[in-house]
Amino acid sequence: MATATITRPAPQTTPAKKPRIRQPRKKMTVGRIAAIVVAGFLAVLWLIPFAWATATAFKTETDAAAPDVTWLPPSGFTPDAFVKVFQDGNIPLWTWNSLYTSAAITAITLVISALVAYALSRIDFKGKKVLMTVIIASIIIPPPVLIIPLFYQMLALNLIDTSWAIILPQVIHPAMVFVLKKFFDQIPRELEEAAVMDGASRLRIFTQIILPLSRPILAAVAIFVFIGAWNNFLWPFIATNDGGLLTLPVGLQTIKSAYGIQYAQNMASALLAALPLILVFLFFQRQIIKGVATTGLAGT
Amino acid sequence: MSTSTLSRPKPENLRKSLSRTNNNLSGWAFATPFLVFFLIFLVWPILHGFYMSLTGQSLTGANDGLIGFANYAEALADADMWHSLGNTLYFTVISTVPLVLVALVMAALLNVGLPAQWLWRLSYFAPYLLASTVVSLFFTWMYNPQLGLINEFLTGIGLPRVAWLNDPNVAMWAIVIATLWWTVGFNFLLYLAAMQNIPAQHYEAASLDGAGAWRQFFSITLPQLTPTTVMIVLLQILASLKIFDQVYQMTAGGPAGSTRPVVQYIFETGFTGYRLGYSAAISYIFFGLIVVVSVMQFVITRRRSA
Repeated sequence: MATATITRPAPQTTPAKKPRIRQPRKKMTVGRIAAIVVAGFLAVLWLIPFAWATATAFKTETDAAAPDVTWLPPSGFTPDAFVKVFQDGNIPLWTWNSLYTSAAITAITLVISALVAYALSRIDFKGKKVLMTVIIASIIIPPPVLIIPLFYQMLALNLIDTSWAIILPQVIHPAMVFVLKKFFDQIPRELEEAAVMDGASRLRIFTQIILPLSRPILAAVAIFVFIGAWNNFLWPFIATNDGGLLTLPVGLQTIKSAYGIQYAQNMASALLAALPLILVFLFFQRQIIKGVATTGLAGT
Repeated sequence: MSTSTLSRPKPENLRKSLSRTNNNLSGWAFATPFLVFFLIFLVWPILHGFYMSLTGQSLTGANDGLIGFANYAEALADADMWHSLGNTLYFTVISTVPLVLVALVMAALLNVGLPAQWLWRLSYFAPYLLASTVVSLFFTWMYNPQLGLINEFLTGIGLPRVAWLNDPNVAMWAIVIATLWWTVGFNFLLYLAAMQNIPAQHYEAASLDGAGAWRQFFSITLPQLTPTTVMIVLLQILASLKIFDQVYQMTAGGPAGSTRPVVQYIFETGFTGYRLGYSAAISYIFFGLIVVVSVMQFVITRRRSA
């Protein structure tokens, strides 16, 4: 206990950031009230599609298709549409497909990107400059340009209609390599030198020193890559025709034709599909916002 | 700990002891996993795609062999290609302005210091987490000419109904509105992060000089944000040029091809027209456009930082 009280004063220099968080707590001026009104108006506009989809999803199909557009349907609200959509089993299957393909993409991306980023940041090897230039240049390549040759390649490799066709081409994120490299560059070299003296190998230094210190940036990259993979439409749409392998976005696309004008079921499906990421966002809001903000400009 | 470091050789000697060959070996070893994927799934397709664009490769397996730049010549004379490229550019121009401006307004409003920050961030940013298919389902339903919420609102205030997705003059704007709702949260977050990095002293000094909120926004916030704004605009242009998902899902490129973007034309010539070689050629014309924009970006950002 005694040591704790002694060491306490030291960290007090760090909360220098605090005042900035508190700074917004100002008086209620006319300007601030106006800002709240405008921000509120925008928030309502931005929430209406969710609200309207929810209202529709809880209607009977008859009410949803009735010529009178109402928020409160004459037959009242019912969870029927959700039950039906859930019973036909596609949404859970597609969610699972999206989950494991996105998780695999994120895991492979993180491992291979962190390894190469470490080499670019810390090891002086022959050809490093060329490698760096090539990776930087590749940031420019827009994924849609690759769909034709990639499809042809997947055919040749006999991977069409396997999950690998969805996963493998999505693991290369040159911009993320540079986000990681930049972060590694800031880690003091002294930390490594001590380990080198103890005879630790490069791999050991990487896994025991660099990676643990890089958790925030690894999380940021993981979030960015996962969201992108989870929502990707074009490539999974091309890579699979097998109904059992469809990811959520691609599967949902088939719903419109399958259900025809089943508006309530369409909205129930859309909401069920939206739910996982929205829930994740509610729990990890801070990390997701930071992750997107720190990696977001990296695509340039 | 301290005794052990004393008894060991100095760091300089140690760094020398890690020989060059050792470095070369471990450097490439660390790079190899990435390089394997990079070469197979990025470098090879981009090279092979270019080769394909010089052939008459068909999806059926038939191949007329090398035909030089005939595909490019045909594409440059293809009215549909130009139309889809024009649609892409049109979308990019009319979507970028609101996608940057609305994001700026949202971030500026929050930066005033509103209570319950998480609530605003949630409502503005949450749509960005949705798959394009979900967004398309939401908006196709809201744009429904008879049962849609938007037309109900319009008739409610005495305006005529609009055939949002069926009128060639309106459909692209309908796509822009849906896209704005879907993706503006991303730019909003980038702006918000940049605004929170502006030192508070700037504002304190300004308010001592008697500058009001508006004056502070235009004299401090906006100028400080210029690099961010340049980046967001360029990122947005590059993102908008790649538009495909929401168009394909909401209008399938219609009505009368009025919303069909170039990525959809690539997709269609390749997978429904079976002409992989021709499709690859259009991909490369599109790629050329992206390269031009990216080079412009590079020049602009270089000049700023220089």
